[in-house]
Amino acid sequence: MSALTAGPGAGLVLQAYKVTKAFGGLVAVKEVDLEIPPTSIVSLIGPNGAGKTTFFNVIAGILDPTSGYVEFRGARMIARPIRAWFEPVVWVVPSVVAGVIAAIVNVATANADATALLALAAIGLLIVMFLAAIVRPRWYLRLLAAAGVFRSSRPNDMVKAGMGRTFQNIRLFANMTALENVQVGMHTKMRANAADALLSTPRARADERQSEAKARDFLGIVGLKGRSGELAKNLPYGDQRKLELARALASEPALLLLDEPTAGMNPRETAEMTQLIDRLRRDLAISILLIEHDMKVVMGISDRIYVLDHGELISQGSPAEVRADPRVIEAYLGKPVT
Amino acid sequence: MTATAGAAGARPGGFRAMRDRVSTLAAAHRSITIIVGWIIVATALPILMLLPPFSTFQPQKLWIDGFTNAGVFILLALGLNMVVGFAGLLDLGYAAFYAIGAYTYAFAASPTVPWISLHVPFWPMLLVGAAVAAMFGILLGAPTLRLRGDYLAIVTLGFGEIVPAVFLNADKVTNGTNGIGGVYKPELLGYQFTLGNPVPYYIAMVAIIAVVMIFVYRLQDSRLGRAWMAVREDELAAASNGVNTVTTKLLAFALGASTAGLAGVFTASKLTLVSPDQFSFSVSFTILAMVVLGGMGNVWGVAMGAFILYTIQSVVLKQLNPFFHTLNVPFLKDIDFVQYQFLLYGVALVGMMLLRPEGLFPSSRRKRELHTELDDDVGDELGPDPSSSPMEGV
Repeated sequence: MSALTAGPGAGLVLQAYKVTKAFGGLVAVKEVDLEIPPTSIVSLIGPNGAGKTTFFNVIAGILDPTSGYVEFRGARMIARPIRAWFEPVVWVVPSVVAGVIAAIVNVATANADATALLALAAIGLLIVMFLAAIVRPRWYLRLLAAAGVFRSSRPNDMVKAGMGRTFQNIRLFANMTALENVQVGMHTKMRANAADALLSTPRARADERQSEAKARDFLGIVGLKGRSGELAKNLPYGDQRKLELARALASEPALLLLDEPTAGMNPRETAEMTQLIDRLRRDLAISILLIEHDMKVVMGISDRIYVLDHGELISQGSPAEVRADPRVIEAYLGKPVT
Repeated sequence: MTATAGAAGARPGGFRAMRDRVSTLAAAHRSITIIVGWIIVATALPILMLLPPFSTFQPQKLWIDGFTNAGVFILLALGLNMVVGFAGLLDLGYAAFYAIGAYTYAFAASPTVPWISLHVPFWPMLLVGAAVAAMFGILLGAPTLRLRGDYLAIVTLGFGEIVPAVFLNADKVTNGTNGIGGVYKPELLGYQFTLGNPVPYYIAMVAIIAVVMIFVYRLQDSRLGRAWMAVREDELAAASNGVNTVTTKLLAFALGASTAGLAGVFTASKLTLVSPDQFSFSVSFTILAMVVLGGMGNVWGVAMGAFILYTIQSVVLKQLNPFFHTLNVPFLKDIDFVQYQFLLYGVALVGMMLLRPEGLFPSSRRKRELHTELDDDVGDELGPDPSSSPMEGV
């Protein structure tokens, strides 16, 4: 989307700058700065209700931040809307112009047909602009950028830009097979459109074949070989987590957001998942932002850890530094009794 | 892939092996299967109607005419199935697009339109009608994009009421209640379709349905079809996996509406009359009942559902009265069953939801997924060497 500025964090995969999110009076995330270098595992930890998932949702494009911005791969993707009030003006300007011309033509020439046609054109333009505002095609975004309007990217724009994510409470497409789930994850990487599908063009068929083969590979990577035909809802819990990971990987992201990937897993499954995450970073050369409760997981694989409490960043650094930080210990265990 | 799986799975001899081979062949050549299937059905039905139990109800000509009308509802059900069954958007005003298709053809091919007099041939108008309906599908779908479930149903219900009301009240354009009569009938290579001979309409209808069905199947197994299902299952998760939920939903409305547009153009040319009362809420409801009864999401299922419901409504219910009269059954012979069709729909739907919520013919698209063992037994637990994986170069 619109790359307004390439800020100081050009070499970083993601840079969050003073991101704040308030729900009414409740400040869920307060001025959080966070940087993710390429091919690193960064963890975000904190007690329940610390604002970790809210922060996740902000950088994934689901929630607009109250202030601050997020740069992803050098482009500013997420920020508080700028001059949003101007967007409705953009919608009506073409039709107002057409309407004014219609009025002038009516007064000057008294040609009823020409007036009627222009009036129809005005209505048509209004409809076109409203549809453009909904579908947001590229020319419309350029128009907005020219008018100085900035809107945060939508979640699907973020995926297209190279961000994949999983959810804290598994959100698979329950009534689709494992294979289809992963194929949906590949959505942005496929090129066949509706017309291709209708006419079954070579492009559509090649797309289908390749996506199926690739989806099987991704299922293999997370260790779900042989489960491709099962409905997602019939998979055991641990496999559902893995499937969600495969689906997120399928968009071939540069940054993977994992929201508590080991929640509800037994120690053996947790160890497997930890290994898998570490392997993904190494083998696929992607960055990972991890929200996790399990300290063993976090301390083992993170390059850098950020600690949130009540929406505020209370500590950051390498695992050893964070572990030794008295504020972190206090947030997790409470003040020592003196 | 499917073909080899079938060949390996087929044991020599036996009915089961034969059936397996046929079904794998059908899966590999689906479009041909659909065409062959419809040719068989379309030739078998009229012949069947010459045989005793059916021939006593009504002459074959009326049967064929009835099947053609049933075909209109099959088309409508196929279209609504894309919106409701695939994308999960409950649309209670689907008849609006049917009306738009019908009026589009009536405007373009009738001498009694008050403001214009055109005679555009039927066949290109099929496409135009579909396109116009698709456009309105997008326009009426756009305001509903943020709505889900009940709210979406209420808004679409409103649109379904608005469109016929507009056609009813804009009488300078549409002749109001009288509707537009004298709509030209189709003509193909110099052959003029007539009201007296239902067979050309019947053949045309079957051809249209076969083409639409091929399209629907192709869409279902495409990138777009999966996106529809993803939106149906979990919209937020779909968006978080790169699916543009806005265009995906608009395309569902547009493609669903275009099918209704086809049905509308066909109906207008067949009845040669278009009037607002043909597109009341009961039509939307009937189509929805057909989709639910047939098995939401299953293409052949909803076609069967539409066929069965239409036949029951237009033939069986009508025949019940004379039937009970001839037998002289007390009480029953005095009931006009056609009047109770919606009561019967209601009872049938309640029964379905309680006993068989997935419909008479639940979606069987999972069958092909059962043929995946072959390529699943290679590679270790963690899959192939990631260096050769598709993630290379990320």
